[in-house]
Amino acid sequence: MASTNSRAAKMNRLIALLLLLMAPLNSGALEVFVCEPEWASLVKELAGENANITVATTALQDPHRLQARPSLIAATRRADLLICTGANLEIGWLPLLLRRAGNPTIQPGRSGHFMAANYVRKLEIPASVDRSQGDVHPQGNPHIHLNPNNIARIAKKLAQRLSQLDSVNQNNYSDRLQSFQSRWETATMSWEQRGEILNGLRLVSHHRAFSYLADWLDLDIVATLERKPGIPPSASHLVSLIELLSPNPPAAVVRAPYANEKPSLWLTERLDIRLLRLPYTVNETDGPVDLFELFDMTLAALEEANDERR
Amino acid sequence: MYRIRLTLAIALFFASNATLNAQDLSAEVADLRQMLVEMKNDYENRIEELESRLDRAERSVVTASRDADDAVEIAEQAATDATAGASAPNIYNPAIGVVLVGRYANVDPGWEAVPGFIPGGELGPGSSGFSLGESELNMNANIDTHFFGNLTLALEDEAGETEVAAEEAWIQTTGLPNGLSLLAGRYFSGAGYLNKFHRHADDFGDRPLPYQAFFGGQYIPDGLQLRWIAPTPLFLEFGAEQNWGNSFPSTGRSRTSPDARTFFAKAGGDAGVSHSWQLGLSYVSADVVDRGGVDIGGPPAEVFTGDSDLVGLDFVWKWAPGGNSTVQNFKLQGEYFNRTEDGIFAGLPYGGDQNGWYLQGIWQFRQGWRTGFRHDEVDADNGSLFTDTILEDPGRSSERNSLMIEWSLSEYSLLRAQYIDDRVLDASDNQFLLQYIMSLGAHGVHEF
Repeated sequence: MASTNSRAAKMNRLIALLLLLMAPLNSGALEVFVCEPEWASLVKELAGENANITVATTALQDPHRLQARPSLIAATRRADLLICTGANLEIGWLPLLLRRAGNPTIQPGRSGHFMAANYVRKLEIPASVDRSQGDVHPQGNPHIHLNPNNIARIAKKLAQRLSQLDSVNQNNYSDRLQSFQSRWETATMSWEQRGEILNGLRLVSHHRAFSYLADWLDLDIVATLERKPGIPPSASHLVSLIELLSPNPPAAVVRAPYANEKPSLWLTERLDIRLLRLPYTVNETDGPVDLFELFDMTLAALEEANDERR
Repeated sequence: MYRIRLTLAIALFFASNATLNAQDLSAEVADLRQMLVEMKNDYENRIEELESRLDRAERSVVTASRDADDAVEIAEQAATDATAGASAPNIYNPAIGVVLVGRYANVDPGWEAVPGFIPGGELGPGSSGFSLGESELNMNANIDTHFFGNLTLALEDEAGETEVAAEEAWIQTTGLPNGLSLLAGRYFSGAGYLNKFHRHADDFGDRPLPYQAFFGGQYIPDGLQLRWIAPTPLFLEFGAEQNWGNSFPSTGRSRTSPDARTFFAKAGGDAGVSHSWQLGLSYVSADVVDRGGVDIGGPPAEVFTGDSDLVGLDFVWKWAPGGNSTVQNFKLQGEYFNRTEDGIFAGLPYGGDQNGWYLQGIWQFRQGWRTGFRHDEVDADNGSLFTDTILEDPGRSSERNSLMIEWSLSEYSLLRAQYIDDRVLDASDNQFLLQYIMSLGAHGVHEF
């Protein structure tokens, strides 16, 4: 009898411990899970100290190709808000994270689920979805952040969402949004002024990762190294690009830091043109520390290429 | 006001002019100059302020018109999206995916049971020649705000006839809080590391020997699974399963085991940006009823009834330079199992102690190309009572070494060649395997 009692007591203690562990570790700040570094930077601008941010990818990782690794499952489980690009960019891993997280607040349709691409106009929406066209995204090109006007629009929506989730700090979010908006607007105007001379700059890009940048600055992306989106550049396609481009070579080949360098190198050497590794996104260790620097550095790189325009 | 002050100043200047001497006069002029400079500055400031106001107004007009343009565009797009959805209502709900697998094998002579183990499920290298592998049809979707559902139908060729089997059919909660989720139906058990993967996601064309010997390829019970993830930065997960136990290894026939349970714990995380890892511990217990695929005719049949306890330890470590797996990456993975069994086999008291493990390394050396090596082996110690039965102790371990190379053009297609040095039986067998694995339809998920 005594042993049963002590066992029951042990069991109770174990249950109490489990319940304690299960209670959310609430430090007051919002736990924010972010898929890509550009949105992490935006949340920092809009929430400051009010958000603890976990970023799933770095600038060196292809957001298409991530795996739902254990650390990400642990982070989604604790998240109050999940911010991703959407438009199927994270289709290979985000659905699994959501399913594994055991966290109802970040599920689709809930206020803790924020997909940035829902708030901007998408480019390159395919007329038909067929994988013979490559890894096409039915909702359009998901690399939306390289147009500062998209960032401005998403900032507004994101600040609303933050206020909704954390109404105690509503004033903080609206103050920060205002500050960000005025700085961003001034910066955008100066970028657009700088960008005027880039109008019509002819480029080749590795993947269609810069379509929004091209659309914004009126750059002319004449070809991509990937014959179809998501299909690695083949030798035959590269050879055909040489034929196509050598009569009138573009100013440069642009690639995101995560894209394989070799095909770009091969083509730029043969065409004797520049290879531009554009920062693509925020990279605190080795690149633009925030969204402002992202556009500054991108424009600076393009201006350099433009100097050698033929 | 300034005008008045100016007139006044000029008037004063003239009025006092007569009475002032030259020195006073120059002082007055200096004063006047000072006053004029102040006035000029004041005007300039006002003009600047006006200009900036005008500028702001212009900007807000620009922003407003931009916002309006955007609103129109987004609305137009929403309309387009809606029509696209209307013309193809089935695109993403549910997500439908098909996996087509085919293989050509060169096997001589092959085997159908691992010496010392009761066979069951899918075993062995199969036969030589071309055959359809397991083709699959998968459907999954969120059912509503609280449930997710998944169905996988497998098409298999059995003795010239094509069979359709429900490989997986389960529902899972997504609405439970605090890291809890509950799953019910037929599902891939959380035991071990490899078990949760579809076979078309494997790195080799066949499962490692411990999986074949202990689970018949894969442990797919019918039952309930509860998982809990701890609210810690380190990934810590605990799971428990209560299963019906109506398939191998709980039973070999259409009998239902009274009890089959699984417990597992997993821990995982990142080490820097380039490395990530996971460790797992699992325990599978079953009250086995009539396990035995081979009935040699006369009684007592070669079946096992009793307790089976399996403990598994698994790890996986992945590396990609800077976390970018696009071009190069490496994966090292290994699992160890120990199973003790106690009961009656073929009318005789049976206490078995069986071990198995495998270790494999997969290296993607350039984009689209991967190569890998695997060693797998199992070893049974079943006592000396079972000479001339399937549990006869072979007195050595059954082992294999495999080498594979594969090429995938996109995430959806894969071609693989594999060589196996197979020493499961006494004589060694050189086996070759060519395989294609193609997926179409919905994008699959990248499990870790």
